[in-house]
Amino acid sequence: MVSVATMRMSEQAAAGVALQTGVASGEARDPNSPDTAVRNGNAVPVKASVENFSFYYGDFKALKSISMPVHEKRVTALIGPSGCGKSTLLRTFNRMHDLYPGNRYEGTIRLHPDNTNLLDPAVDPIEVRMRIGMVFQKPNPFPKSIYENVAYGLRIRGERNRSVIDDRVREALRGAALWSEVEHRLHDPATALSGGQQQRLCIARCLATQPEVLLFDEPTSALDPIATASIEELIHELRDKVTILIVTHNMQQAARVSDYTAYMYLGELMEFGETNQIFVNPKRKETEDYITGRFG
Amino acid sequence: MSGTWCGVDIAKLIKKNGMKAEDIPLIRKIIRRNKRLELLFAVAGFAALLVGVLTFVALFAQMAWAGWERITPEFFTNFPSRRAGQAGILSAWVGSLLVMLVTAVSAVPLGVAAGVYLEEYAPKNLLTDIIEINVTNLAGVPSIVYGLLALGVFVYTFGFGQSILSAGLTLGLLILPVVIVATRESIRSIPLHIREAAYGLGATRWQVTRDHIVPYSLPGIMTGVIIGMSRAIGETAPIITIGALTFIAFLPESPVGPEFPWVNFEWLKSGFTVMPIQMFNWTSRPEEAFQQNAAAAGFILVLMTLAMNAVSIWIRYHVRKDIKW
Repeated sequence: MVSVATMRMSEQAAAGVALQTGVASGEARDPNSPDTAVRNGNAVPVKASVENFSFYYGDFKALKSISMPVHEKRVTALIGPSGCGKSTLLRTFNRMHDLYPGNRYEGTIRLHPDNTNLLDPAVDPIEVRMRIGMVFQKPNPFPKSIYENVAYGLRIRGERNRSVIDDRVREALRGAALWSEVEHRLHDPATALSGGQQQRLCIARCLATQPEVLLFDEPTSALDPIATASIEELIHELRDKVTILIVTHNMQQAARVSDYTAYMYLGELMEFGETNQIFVNPKRKETEDYITGRFG
Repeated sequence: MSGTWCGVDIAKLIKKNGMKAEDIPLIRKIIRRNKRLELLFAVAGFAALLVGVLTFVALFAQMAWAGWERITPEFFTNFPSRRAGQAGILSAWVGSLLVMLVTAVSAVPLGVAAGVYLEEYAPKNLLTDIIEINVTNLAGVPSIVYGLLALGVFVYTFGFGQSILSAGLTLGLLILPVVIVATRESIRSIPLHIREAAYGLGATRWQVTRDHIVPYSLPGIMTGVIIGMSRAIGETAPIITIGALTFIAFLPESPVGPEFPWVNFEWLKSGFTVMPIQMFNWTSRPEEAFQQNAAAAGFILVLMTLAMNAVSIWIRYHVRKDIKW
């Protein structure tokens, strides 16, 4: 009885996925169509692979032997209840934990095609951060102008050519669907923008340096529903250009924006799979309980 | 807790299941009682505040009253004199200004660099903790001790003599802890997520410091510097210790030279006096007229301090408004 009810809820969720992602991308996406099958199939190359990755905050083992792929030019969502370690895993991808003492990595995260181990102590965290950009939970523009915010990544890479910077700033703002709103006030303070605009500016700031992977740490949790919708739409457009990893506590959001989903619980990866499969037909009872809202 | 409180049977009030209409007068009684305590504190706090404010206003008004008729343009352009009526504060205010210049130039770079290092670069270990405690303690060292230190180090060991340079460096040391603490506080008020944004783009620690930490904390640092300077401008003890003159009828050489490179550092070696010493000198004279001069000089000195504080307030409100997160 219970399982039948759950099944029906899952189907509804799946229908919601198809409907809403379809709306967002402007194309009808039937989860069973050949197109989707190819998109989500095993043929998709892997951009990064997490292998037996464990993480310690001091003596506390926050992540326990995680292994999962991150597919190239796809959106992978990390979901799970608070404290499950999803943000910890995400922040590992650009070595944010190196900024604070007492953190320790074990295992590897390989970035393809060059097979660089992001966690290798010999690999400079700055190199990792130059390849992998991050958008944070709270919009965090610098208290500088809109232009300077987007140009900053280029400036620290030593770019001085004014026209190159101008072009890249424009391109990045277009990519982040913000250009038309700010093109006449590029030199206004970034903090004068609305929350949703600030978050798109932060995305543009990452895009300007053309990262290989873009990390999103609950990017809409500080935003209202309309701003949230525009960010989700943007993520959907970006997946053709960049590999995306997103942490979200909102399961509908995971279902709407992602191709792959990883469900984490208490520092462990419980289940990883195509989003449709995870939401329609989870292999584990724990995943099902979380997704259907009976837990978490 | 039990028993009665302002005539209310507490147990009866909280053990009953739910409030009833007849309880409302009791609740109102409790609220009135609570608000009486609030009023009591407000009155006591305001009285405490008045003690400070009124003392300052009384002192300021008394000095203004006593020295008012001495404050003429000549008072600013005359050297001190044996005749009270012709004595002025020219050498004192020029001296104070030049000493403050040396103080700022020496203390600001040192203090900011030390503060930034402690906050951004220093590893969190015992040694850093000890240094931090020491910096805080330095702020509490009596200024006369700085004077003795400077007499030994600057005046004799380095051979700077009883000069503007020695005095400026002494006061620079004196306000160094203030600048360091202001720098650190200001840096700490920069939110973590702004730092992470910069690091996340691949910035080095130096790039984060240069492009973000220092510019965003600058208004706070400047406020701290000015507060330190307004303390230093009134310092007498360390300046007397290193041997400032009390009667001086000449000006140091101009810092601006007539020919290339148009700057002149001879003034650094010059003897000098400063405002508080000039005041001290006048108050020790027996003639009534000199007391008047002292009051007038004191009035000017307080005005200089107030002006510096006004600048720091202006910075807080106008420069800081562009820096928010």
